[in-house]
Amino acid sequence: MEHFIQLLIFGVQLGVIYALIAMGYTMVYGIIRLINFAHGDLVMIGAFTAYFVARVPGFGFIPAMIAAMLVPAVLSVIIERLAYRPLRNRPRLSVLITAIGVSIFLENFPRMIPAIGPNYRPFPQLITFREFSVYGNAVVNTIQITNIVASLILLTLLIGIVKFTKMGRAMRAVSFNKDAAALMGIDVNGVIALTFFIGAALAGAGGVLYSLTYPMIDILMGVWLGSKAFVAAVLGGIGSIPGAVLGGLLMGIVEVFATAFNSELGYGAGFIILILVLLFRPEGLMGRPTIEKV
Amino acid sequence: MLLEVEDLRVSYGAIEAVRGVSFSVDRHEIVTLVGANGAGKTSILRALSGLAELCGGSVRYSGQELRNVRPHDIVRRGISHVPEGRLAFLNLSVHENLLLGAYTRTDGEGVRESLEKVYALFPLLRERRRQVAGTLSGGEQQMLVLGRALMSDCKLLLLDEPSMGLAPILVQEVFDTIVSVRAMGTPVLLVEQNASMALSIADRGYVLETGRVTLSGKASDLAQMEEIRAAYLGE
Repeated sequence: MEHFIQLLIFGVQLGVIYALIAMGYTMVYGIIRLINFAHGDLVMIGAFTAYFVARVPGFGFIPAMIAAMLVPAVLSVIIERLAYRPLRNRPRLSVLITAIGVSIFLENFPRMIPAIGPNYRPFPQLITFREFSVYGNAVVNTIQITNIVASLILLTLLIGIVKFTKMGRAMRAVSFNKDAAALMGIDVNGVIALTFFIGAALAGAGGVLYSLTYPMIDILMGVWLGSKAFVAAVLGGIGSIPGAVLGGLLMGIVEVFATAFNSELGYGAGFIILILVLLFRPEGLMGRPTIEKV
Repeated sequence: MLLEVEDLRVSYGAIEAVRGVSFSVDRHEIVTLVGANGAGKTSILRALSGLAELCGGSVRYSGQELRNVRPHDIVRRGISHVPEGRLAFLNLSVHENLLLGAYTRTDGEGVRESLEKVYALFPLLRERRRQVAGTLSGGEQQMLVLGRALMSDCKLLLLDEPSMGLAPILVQEVFDTIVSVRAMGTPVLLVEQNASMALSIADRGYVLETGRVTLSGKASDLAQMEEIRAAYLGE
């Protein structure tokens, strides 16, 4: 039982991070039906931003977190403007390939910047480490608490915005039909840019939280993390916001339990679930089956 | 004139859908564009609301040129377009759909008044306000998009085939609504395949054929004309 609770804590801690990152995939897909392959790399940009900001004397976790959300968010809006928007009305494959190109660029350009370079860098310890006993030998530490609390705050905020604000209504309207949304007086390009901004901010936050737990960062850290978050988004039903949360948690928990069972199994476990879900419920756990318009 | 369209041209690639159409809508008028499928009616409305690019001609609204104005800015100037195929936001509730109609408005009190007006006009929508629009029937969705358009407090209403796919009894209801919209002071530009119905409520009409205006005049005169009766009224 102790062991189970301990693993569950690890799993949830990892799962909320996947959920944060999955949110960007699912939101961008929901609004322009694009799998943004460059999204994972924004996680890395966020981690490196925090890495540099934290070196400024007097700047701790909160400033690092804010900067790590803002920098990828602004970068993401620029990417959308320069790389994706000109291709908006072209075949979807063109944008998809462009996204892969952007991803390769983001993974390789920082290599040339001396301050970043190709090597692993130790991530600063932004949170004072302490452990608390939960149940028997099972413990929870301050980093895990930070991860879970920060993620839950951000996810709740996001869901609140999408569900209850005028801005969120506009986002859902654009996601349903861009022409109809424009006829309501909604600035469609603005809403799309905003979606990229929010998605990337969450990815940046995810990057910082992940680096607190695994404090070695490098320019390729977003590749695996991004692809697992993408799987989480598909698992939950791409385009569905609650689906991304569920998918992320499921991925995190399954991965941790599978790793505990056999350390080689961890990476594959999430994908096995993905295959099963796609076989029996292709729209994902919470995705809506495509409705044919009548 | 509230709306003056001159020599409007719209193309999709090599296909010229609208080949130099001129017409106008004045305050308090219902003007209808009738014509068969493919006559360019929808393209004209899409050009007016900025969804389709103008290849030539001019659109003047309240004396201002609308060419190259983006769709959401056109809405802000007071033109509300109910597109073909209705396009209610099926993933949002009835209430949220109506609120989106008032997206450009900042007068909270006025929005509440409009909401009451719409609910009074379509009591059914009030009953279903929490329901997702996707669960409404076709006729109810038509009421919803009409109500949504009225929420914008627009100065000109563009309607594209509001009777399409509706049962005859609902068609009558939709046309009654259009008449009451005009009675509330909002001019309507109505595009219809159902020419007899459209001409029966309109003040003036234009007959379109393959992207050109072939006939125009008072709606009651058009409805009497031999060619129109033969071509569109199925007589």
